[in-house]
Amino acid sequence: MSAKILDIENVTVSFDGFKALNNLNFNMDEGELRVIIGPNGAGKTTFLDVITGKVQPTEGKARFKGKDLSQRPEHEIARLGIGRKFQTPRVYLNLTPRENLELSCNRHKNVIATLFKQLSSAERRTIGGLLETIGLETKADVPAALLSHGEKQWLEIGMLVAQSPDLLLVDEPVAGLTDEETEKTGKLLMSLAESHSIVVIEHDMEFVRQIARQVTVLHQGSVLCEGTMSEVQNDPRVIEVYLGAQEEEV
Amino acid sequence: MIEGLIGGLFNGISIGAVLLIVALGLAIVFGLMGVINLAHGELMMLGAYTTYVVQNGFKAMGESALNFYIFAALPLSFLVAALVGLALERGVIRYLYGRPLETLLATWGVSLILRQFVRSVNWAMIVGLVVLCGLFFGGRWVLQRSQRQVAGWMTAVLLTLSVAIAVAVGLLLNQNAGVAFSRPWFSARNVDVTPPTWLRGGLALGTTLQFPYARLFIIVLTIACLAGVYWFLQRSAWGLRIRAVTQNRSMSACLGIPTEQVDALTFALGSGLAGIAGCAVTLLGSVGPNLGSNYIVDAFMVVVVGGVGKLVGSIVAALVIGIVTYLVGSGTLALLFTSAEGLQPLAAFFTFFATTSMAKVMVFALIITFLQFKPAGMFPQKGRTVEA
Amino acid sequence: MATDTFVRPKKGRQAHQRLLVEVGLVIAIALVLILVIPAVVSGFRLGLLGRFLALAIVALGIDLIWGFTGLLSLGHGIFFALGGYALAMYLQINTLGDGELPEFFSLYGVTELPWFWQPFYSLPFTLLAVFIIPAVVAGVLGYLVFRNRIRGVYFSILTQAALVVFFNFFNGQQELINGTNGLKTDTSTFLGVEVGSSSAQFNFYILTVVFLALAYALCRWLTSGRFGRMLIAIRDDENRMRFSGYDPTGFKVLVFAVSGAIAGIAGALYTVQSGIVSPQYMDIAFSIEMVIWVAVGGRATLVGAILGAVFVNLGRSLLSESFPEIWLFFQGALFLLVVTALPDGVVGWLRYRLSDRFRRWFGRSRSVVTPPLLELDPDVGAEKREAIDKR
Ligand SMILES: Nc1ncnc2c1ncn2[C@@H]1O[C@H](COP(=O)(O)OP(=O)(O)O)[C@@H](O)[C@H]1O
Ligand SMILES: [Mg+2]
Repeated sequence: MSAKILDIENVTVSFDGFKALNNLNFNMDEGELRVIIGPNGAGKTTFLDVITGKVQPTEGKARFKGKDLSQRPEHEIARLGIGRKFQTPRVYLNLTPRENLELSCNRHKNVIATLFKQLSSAERRTIGGLLETIGLETKADVPAALLSHGEKQWLEIGMLVAQSPDLLLVDEPVAGLTDEETEKTGKLLMSLAESHSIVVIEHDMEFVRQIARQVTVLHQGSVLCEGTMSEVQNDPRVIEVYLGAQEEEV
Repeated sequence: MIEGLIGGLFNGISIGAVLLIVALGLAIVFGLMGVINLAHGELMMLGAYTTYVVQNGFKAMGESALNFYIFAALPLSFLVAALVGLALERGVIRYLYGRPLETLLATWGVSLILRQFVRSVNWAMIVGLVVLCGLFFGGRWVLQRSQRQVAGWMTAVLLTLSVAIAVAVGLLLNQNAGVAFSRPWFSARNVDVTPPTWLRGGLALGTTLQFPYARLFIIVLTIACLAGVYWFLQRSAWGLRIRAVTQNRSMSACLGIPTEQVDALTFALGSGLAGIAGCAVTLLGSVGPNLGSNYIVDAFMVVVVGGVGKLVGSIVAALVIGIVTYLVGSGTLALLFTSAEGLQPLAAFFTFFATTSMAKVMVFALIITFLQFKPAGMFPQKGRTVEA
Repeated sequence: MATDTFVRPKKGRQAHQRLLVEVGLVIAIALVLILVIPAVVSGFRLGLLGRFLALAIVALGIDLIWGFTGLLSLGHGIFFALGGYALAMYLQINTLGDGELPEFFSLYGVTELPWFWQPFYSLPFTLLAVFIIPAVVAGVLGYLVFRNRIRGVYFSILTQAALVVFFNFFNGQQELINGTNGLKTDTSTFLGVEVGSSSAQFNFYILTVVFLALAYALCRWLTSGRFGRMLIAIRDDENRMRFSGYDPTGFKVLVFAVSGAIAGIAGALYTVQSGIVSPQYMDIAFSIEMVIWVAVGGRATLVGAILGAVFVNLGRSLLSESFPEIWLFFQGALFLLVVTALPDGVVGWLRYRLSDRFRRWFGRSRSVVTPPLLELDPDVGAEKREAIDKR
């Protein structure tokens, strides 16, 4: 069990009786890239909320590297090494991409250090590299509010990387991107997967096919099935609840 | 002992009822629309002045009519405050939805203007206002007719011109048209509204208990308003629309609900309730331009403690705050501890807080403590939209 | 909106040069205020200016938390008054001989100085208390509010309620702090000079200018660099910060406390220059007015806060000298105007106007102004944002 980086045990999240997660069991190994799919309202985002401490589970436990995550505030969980990208990009609109990255990159996150510590040159180099990776060098010094939707998505992924977490949680990274951008994002995630554990939530089947090794299907708050992409695609239950409904699109 | 308890409870409830009737309008405007209206107290004040005017009108009709002025004053206060609220919403607040801090500042500006307005209003000023509205809206109408798009600077020029002309007209009238035009409507000092004879005195129970009729009337009025609001929101077609818009604005718009009208209506309703509250508090004290500011902060506390967006929260919070305020402020608590032997320090502690203003200090400390455990109030709103 | 109000990490030398220029400017302006202005304006006007500059110091504090961090405090009157009371009490008790008490105590039958006033016999203690007490009060209040993630308008309402409570407390405690009447400072002596005398007043004026410059420097330091970017991040999306491993509570408590301390110093300087501190300093209206100075000048621009405070108060004293009743109408209109038509304030507006013009000269495109969407959680507020975008 201790090799598991993430271990979700019988987690139920109930909002006034409505179970957004229902007795969910899930775990993944260190270094794994896992894609989670599931119809709208399946509880995917809530699943990430539970891991990152935004929502407390009504029942059950979430463990990260064996450490219980419940009752910990969000920032502590983040400091344990879990980074998250939100479904709609959340970057600091009045800061530039460079500053956004700096903020995530910072290792010393208490008040005093922020006041007195300067950015180290190593950090500056990391940021320069990251800006290049996410293709925002030319826009590094304009306010993030002026970025396009796709650029914001990437900036947020960049912020996630800058944080250098052990586990990356990525919620719908390619929503609203063009095909080309989608492909680039896929490549970026694949290269990140070489050194990180990643959970990706996505709807775009083309994209899922591009990156997926292991897929978990969520339905009505529980895991419906798990397996490789082709296994999942051929599972009649999945076809019924999910792929069946979207067959034309796929 | 029992009598003391009942008396205390009654007084607490009656304070709570006043708080509640003031907070009711706020609970709607703040709770349902998320708008912080710092001019709420001034809308109340307008209601109170309306009551004063109505009473003077009835006075002219004779003693027997005077007893019933309040039944005319209540709807009229509602109407006046609701109309002013409507103008406020259409003129200012609708441009600021989604920016609560700005709304707060803007409505504070309005409250300053309203306060000074009742101090200095006279016929000259009214004529000036009419001229202003006539010129501005007339001018805009003409502009809209002739131009395909009215540019921002045109409106600005029009506004400046209208203001200048209106001010000039007002000043001219003020100085040259005689005392009829220049005399302020209301005296600078506070004015008094005398309650009708049947609301003076009180209901005696036992030997020491006395429930003033005015207080009882306010309690009944509060209950009536609550019932009215409840009925309106839960049972009427417009109430349904209001609730729909609060829950999901864009979806409601898609379904053909006129969201702008709903906003205006909700705001007018909340403002009208402020007017009724203003009418009610005339029974308790004199009426002045600063009447509203005495209540407004407490009313906001009621809404915050109760939980924004929940009427039932406001009810409970108002009653609890009312009762605690009374128990602390009147020294009842201190008295309770004085009788017990070992509790002298406690008694001294509560005696320190046993005045109306010190009771506020204590209640605030309690509220802050309470919010440590329930930051979103007694009845928190649930769902994703509250996380913001 | 606030993007160019702090220095970007420019290449070393350039940033250094800009800093030098700025320091030079500040010193030059301070010298003009100290050396030139007193020579050209009358003593009365100078006293007025001194008070306005003291108010400009509070405005800096407000700008720090509102303009940069997005926390709208309606309770800064508390900190302002606390600073004033601390100094005023020192002056009162030290002017008297041994064993004597300020007059008002005897009126209420108090024969011994209450214990909490005892330390105010000491000058060093008082000078520290002037800003440390407000800072502690602000810190505690801030901590209790922020740790529960109470923010936005709720924070504003609570600070206003706190203000009312402090007002009630100070107003009601006749025998401890002379209640409604407040404490007068004019006839007291400070280091052997009568506070109301013109020489002392001139020194206070100079002191005010110096502290204004210091407060400016402090705010400038806080709002530039890493910490400043953190403040803007809090304003933009404080909940997002948590997921990057920051706890916004500490940052917010610190800036609120600093802002309170600044207000305390301003209050002390204002008190000695106006000759009295009273619960009126905790009037609801006064604290909201402080916000409007910043809004008029331009929030998130420190210069704007200072200019706003000085000019709005100048306008007030001119207008209310001649037509007292018009002032309130005017002030109300100012609130409405600034919020609806000039959300960036005068300095903000000028800055974009001018910078756009420069850009056009150099053939660059216009800069785009993006108002910060303070209250909106992007995860959930999409619908509200649409409403705003539509406009
Ligand atoms: N804070 C909340 N309060 C009430 N219901 C919620 C809350 N958060 C999520 N839900 C509900 O939980 C369900 C799962 O939502 P979500 O996890 O966002 O789905 P997905 O991301 O898979 O589309 C939805 O029906 C949603 O309405
Ligand atoms: Mg989702």
